[in-house]
Amino acid sequence: MPLLSLITYAPLLGVAAIVALRLFAQKDDAKAAEAARWIAFVTTLATLALSVLLVARFDAGNPGFQFVEEVPWFAGLSYRMGVDGISVLFVLLTAFLMPICIAASWKSIDDRVCEYMIAFLVLEALVIGVFCALDLVLFYIFFEFGLVPMFLIIGIWGGKRRVYAAYKFFLYTLLGSVLMLAAILYMIATSGTSSIPELMTYQFPGQAQAWLWLAFFASFAVKMPMWPVHTWLPDAHVEAPTAGSVILAGILLKLGGYGFMRFSLPMFPLASEMFGPLVFGLSVVAVIYTSLVAFRQTDIKKLIAYSSVAHMGFVTMGIFSGNAAGEQGALYQMLSHGVISGALFLCVGVVYDRMHTREIAFYGGLVNRMPWYAAVFMLFTMGNVGLPGTSGFVGEILTMTGVYQASTWTAALAATGVILSAVYALSLYRRVVFGELVNPQLATIGDLEWRETMIFAPLVLATLWLGVQPNLVFEITGASVDQLVTTYQAAIGK
Amino acid sequence: MDPKLLVTIILFGPLIGAAVAGLFGRRIGNIPSQAVTTGFLFLSAILSWVVFSQWTWGGLQPFTITYAPFIHVGDFQSNWSFRLDGLSAVMLVVVTSVSSLVHLYSWGYMAEDDSRPRFFAYLSLFTFAMLALISAADFMQLFFGWEGVGLASYLLIGFWFKKPTANAAAIKAFVVNRVGDFGFALGIMTVFWAYGTIQFAELFPLIAGSVGEGWEFVGQTWRLVDLACVLLFIGAMGKSAQFFLHTWLPDAMEGPTPVSALIHAATMVTAGVYMVCLLSPMFEYAPTAKNFVTIIGAVTALFAATVGMMQNDIKRVIAYSTCSQLGYMFMAAGVGAYDAAMFHLFTHAFFKALLFLGAGSVIHGMAHEQDMRRYGGLAKYLPVTYGVMTIGTIAITGLGFPLEGLGLPLPDLGFAGFFSKDAIIHAAWEGGEAGNPIGYFAFVTAIFVAGLTAYYSWRLAFFTFNGHARWTSEDLAHHWHNRDHGDDHASHAQHETHDEPLADDHGHGHGHGHDHKPHESPWTMRLPLILLAIGAIGSGIAFHHEFIGEHKDAFWRGAVYTAPAQAHAVPAAGPGQPAAQSGVAPVGEASHAAAPAGAPEADHAEGGGEAHHAPLWVVLAPLVVSVLGLLIAAYVYIVHEGSAARMAAQRGLLWTFFYNKWFFDEIYEATFVRGAKFLGDLFWKGGDQKIIDGLGPDGVSALSVQVGKGAGRLQSGYVYHYAFVMLLGVAGLLTYALWAWKA
Repeated sequence: MPLLSLITYAPLLGVAAIVALRLFAQKDDAKAAEAARWIAFVTTLATLALSVLLVARFDAGNPGFQFVEEVPWFAGLSYRMGVDGISVLFVLLTAFLMPICIAASWKSIDDRVCEYMIAFLVLEALVIGVFCALDLVLFYIFFEFGLVPMFLIIGIWGGKRRVYAAYKFFLYTLLGSVLMLAAILYMIATSGTSSIPELMTYQFPGQAQAWLWLAFFASFAVKMPMWPVHTWLPDAHVEAPTAGSVILAGILLKLGGYGFMRFSLPMFPLASEMFGPLVFGLSVVAVIYTSLVAFRQTDIKKLIAYSSVAHMGFVTMGIFSGNAAGEQGALYQMLSHGVISGALFLCVGVVYDRMHTREIAFYGGLVNRMPWYAAVFMLFTMGNVGLPGTSGFVGEILTMTGVYQASTWTAALAATGVILSAVYALSLYRRVVFGELVNPQLATIGDLEWRETMIFAPLVLATLWLGVQPNLVFEITGASVDQLVTTYQAAIGK
Repeated sequence: MDPKLLVTIILFGPLIGAAVAGLFGRRIGNIPSQAVTTGFLFLSAILSWVVFSQWTWGGLQPFTITYAPFIHVGDFQSNWSFRLDGLSAVMLVVVTSVSSLVHLYSWGYMAEDDSRPRFFAYLSLFTFAMLALISAADFMQLFFGWEGVGLASYLLIGFWFKKPTANAAAIKAFVVNRVGDFGFALGIMTVFWAYGTIQFAELFPLIAGSVGEGWEFVGQTWRLVDLACVLLFIGAMGKSAQFFLHTWLPDAMEGPTPVSALIHAATMVTAGVYMVCLLSPMFEYAPTAKNFVTIIGAVTALFAATVGMMQNDIKRVIAYSTCSQLGYMFMAAGVGAYDAAMFHLFTHAFFKALLFLGAGSVIHGMAHEQDMRRYGGLAKYLPVTYGVMTIGTIAITGLGFPLEGLGLPLPDLGFAGFFSKDAIIHAAWEGGEAGNPIGYFAFVTAIFVAGLTAYYSWRLAFFTFNGHARWTSEDLAHHWHNRDHGDDHASHAQHETHDEPLADDHGHGHGHGHDHKPHESPWTMRLPLILLAIGAIGSGIAFHHEFIGEHKDAFWRGAVYTAPAQAHAVPAAGPGQPAAQSGVAPVGEASHAAAPAGAPEADHAEGGGEAHHAPLWVVLAPLVVSVLGLLIAAYVYIVHEGSAARMAAQRGLLWTFFYNKWFFDEIYEATFVRGAKFLGDLFWKGGDQKIIDGLGPDGVSALSVQVGKGAGRLQSGYVYHYAFVMLLGVAGLLTYALWAWKA
C-alpha cells in the first residue's frame, strides 16, 4: 500500500467532495458551508489517522528512508516518496494541526467557506508532500506550491492590510525560491540525478558546495525566517486568520529547518561548516534582537510572531552545530514550537473572535471572567518561555548544549534569550490576563466554550506529554539523526 | 515499609493533591480542596520523618530509584528519578514539615479568600517541584525542579492578580531567577562537554582527575572546575537571592504570607545552598569558585542586614533577614563547611517559617496592616503570637550559652540558631586559620552581621509588641474595609500606579464588632506556630550531634564531601558516593586554603565544625555582639521610644543609603529595564521598519511601495485589485514551476 501517497493525497479527496457538493448537490450557501466544514474536518481526521498508522508502523531502528515509493516520471525524473526519522514526525505534526485548524475556523470564517476549506486541504496535501518527497523536483513543486494556498488564505480571509502582508510574504519567498531553483537545476545537471537519497551521498566539490549552500540558504532562511529576512512574518501573522497563523507558525516555518537538515547539512557539509559562524551570528541576532522587539509590541499576534523568530533562532543554531544534541534539539524545538506557537495563536483567536481586536491595551483582567482560558494561556506561555516540564524546554536546552560545543559565545549569547523570553511572554500575559477587568466592553466576555476546549485539549496534552516524555520522540528520530551527524562529521573530517 | 515506596508516595502525593484541587477545586468546593492537599502533605511529612529517622538511626542505605527516561540524546542522559542520601533526607523533612504546617496555617489565614482551591493547588504544586529538585540524580531533573519551584513562586507572588504591585513582583521574581538560570544552564553545558555526563554519580568521580585542566569559554581559557562551579553558582545566586540577584526577594512579599514563609524563607530560597552542598565534590576542587561563594555570601549577609534594619514593613524586614541568613549559609559552604551550611538551612527553616507565620498572624490580627510604624503594644492582644515570635527571635539571633565551648563539662545550651550560626562562624574562623584570608573576611563579617541580626530582629519584636500603641480602633475599622498594603516606602521598583484602588479581595467580613481591637488568630494558625516554635527551640540541640557533631560522618555518609587536605575533613567513604577517592589529594592549585598541607589543619582535623579548638574570644564573640544588638534595640525602641523615628527624620547619608536598599532597584531600572525598552524600540522602529523594510520589500521595487501605499485604498472593497495581484503571483509561480518541469 503506498501509504505516503495515500496520506499526501487524502486531503484532495476532501477537496473533490467539496467541489462536487458545490457543483452538483448543494446550491444553498449556508448549507454548503456547513457541509464543507464537516467534509474538511472528517478528511483531516482521516489523514491524521493514517499518519498515526504511519508512525506506528515506522521502524525506529532503521536510519534510512522507509515506505519508499518510486515510479518513473518524465524527462528522467522519478516520483519518489519516503520518510525517515527526521521527516516522519513532521507529517504527523501537520496532520495533527490540520483538524484543529478546521475546528478553529468553524465559526470565525463565514465568508467563502467552501473555498477556504479547499485552500486548507490543498495546503495540507502540499505540505505533507514536502516532507515525503525524495526527488528534488518533486520537493520543489510541493515546496513552492505550498505558498499559493497560504497566499490566498492571507489575501482573501485576512485582516485589513492583508494585501500588503500577502504581497510581502510572496515577495520574500519568491526571492529565495528563484535562487534555490537555479541551484536545483545545477545539481541535477552536474550529478545526473534528482534523487535526494542519491544526492545525499554525492560529493559536490567545495567551491560548488558554497554556492549551492548559499542558494538553498536564501530560500530556507526566508522560510524560517532568519534575521534579517524576517519582517514578512509579523505582517503575515497579523493579517492571517487564526487558523492561517497556526499553520504558518506551526508548519510552514518548519520547512526551512527541515530543508537545512535534509539538504544543506548532508549535501553540502563543507559549506555548512564554513558558513556555520554566519548562521550562528544571524541566529544570535535573531534571538536577542527579535526578543527585544517582541517586548515592545502592542499587538498580541505581532508579539507572538516575533517570539517565533526568536525561537527559530535556536533551531538554526542547533542544526549547524552539527552534533547529536544540536540536531535533536533543533528537531524537537521545531515540533514543540509547532504545537506551542500554534496554540498561542489559537489563544489570540479566542479573544479576537469575541472582541475583534488584538490590541494588548484593550485587554486586561481576563482571568476574572475567563479562568479556564487564563489557565490554558498560562500553560502555553510557560511553554513559550521554555519552562521544564513543557515541550519548549527540551528543544531550547538541547540546541544550546549542541551549539556550546561549536561556539561557547553563541551559547552564552543565546542563553540570554532565555531571560528575554520570560520578559516579553510574562509581560504580555500580565497585560492581557491579570489585573482588574477595567474595560467595560470586556464585562460580559465568556470563558472557553465546549468547542474551544476540545481544540485546546490535544494541544495541552501534547505540550505536557512532550515536555515530560521527550524520549519517545528521540527514540523515533534517533537513528536517522545519528546517521546524519555521523556522515556530516565524517565529511568535515571530525 | 519499603523506603522506595515511601519516598515515591512522599514525592507524588503533593502532585495528586495539586491536580485535584487545581482541576476540580471549583467543582468539589473549598473545604474538600483544602482537605485533600493538606492531607497529602501531612502524609508526606509523616513519611518523610519515617525516612529521615530510618536514615539517621536505622542505617538506611543511599539509593536511587529511576522512574522513567527523560532525555536520552547521546551522552546527554537524564532520567526521572529519586535520589536518597543524607542531603535529600534532610531536605525531605524540611520541605514537607514546613509545607504541611503552612498548608494548615492557610486554612485560617486564607479563610476569606475566594480562590482557596487555587491557592492550595499552587502550594502543593510547589511542594512537588521542590521535592523533585531535592531528589534529582542528574542536572536535568534538578533544573526541572529548579524552574518548577520558580513557576510556583511566580504564581503565588502574583496570587492576588488584581494588584499591579503583585503582578510586577511576580514577573520580577521570574525574570531575575532567569538571569541566574542563564548561568546555571551554561554551567550544565560546561559540565556536559567537559565530562560527558550530567549524572551526579557519574560526574563526581571524574572531578579530581580534571583539576588543573583548562577550558575555553567565550574567548578565554579558565580553570575548568572553577568555571563550571562559578556558572552553576550564578544559578544559586538567583534562586537564593544573593547580592546582585537579590532584588526580587523583598518584592516577593507581595504574595500571601504563608507563601513567604514556605517558599521565600524556608524552602525554595535555600535551593541554592542545597545545590552547592550537593555539588560539594565539585566545589571542593574549585578554590576560586569557593572564594567567590564566600565573598558573595558575606556581602549579601552584610548588605541585607543593613537594609533590614531600616525597613518598616514587617514582612520586608524578615525578607531581608532571610537574604542575610542565606548569605551565612553560603559563607559556610564557601569555606568548605557544607555540614554547617546544611545545619543552618535546617534550623533556619523552622525559626524563619515561624517568624513569617508569626508576622502573618500579626498582619491577620491587624487587618492587613504591615507597617510596623502603625503597630506597637500588641503583646497583650496577641499573646500566643508574641510568645512564639519571641522564641523565633531568640533562635535567629543565636542567643545561647556555649558552655561546652568554654571548656565546661556541660553541653551547649541554646535555641536552634545558636548551634548552626556559631558553627558557621567557627568554620569561617578556621578557614582563616588554615591560611585563607577570605576565611577571616567571612569570620569578621559574620560576627558583625550577627550583631546587626540581633538588632533588626529585636527591633521588629519590640517595635511590634512593646511600647505604646501607634494604631487606633478607627485605623483598624478603616482597614477592615480598605486593604492597604502598607508599603509606602520611598522607593519601589515597580513603575505601577500605586494609587490605583486595590480590590478588597481579602479583607472584609471579619465581623468585628464595633470595638476594633487586634485579635489573636484561630487555632489552625496557632497550632503551626507552636509546632514551629518547638522546632525553633529544639532543632539545634537535638540534631547538632548528627549534622555537625561527633556523629556527622555516620549521618552524612559522604553526601557532603570535604576534600581530604582541608580542615574539618569528612573521612569520605559513603557507599555509592564519589568521595571514594578520598585518597586522591587535590593537586596543584586546588589545595588553596590549606596550602601548607602539613601543619595547621592537623590541629583542627579531628574537631570538625564545632568550637572545641577556637580560642575563647572566638567562642564568646557571637554571644557578645548578639547581646549588644539586643540592648541597642531595647534602648532605641523601648527605653527611648521614638528615638528611631527622630533619627529617621534627619535623613542622614547612611540612613538614606540603607533605607533605599543601596539603590539597587533604581540602578537596575535605569540600566537594564530602560535599556531593554530602548533597544526594543530601536530595533523595531529603526531596524525592522526603517532599515530592513525600507531597503527590502518596501524599497526594492516601486511596485511593492505602490502596493504598500495603496493597501489602505484597496481594502475598501476593490476586489479586482487584489485578485489581480494574486493572479500575478499565481502566474509567476506557475511560470517557474513549468520551467522546472522542462529541466
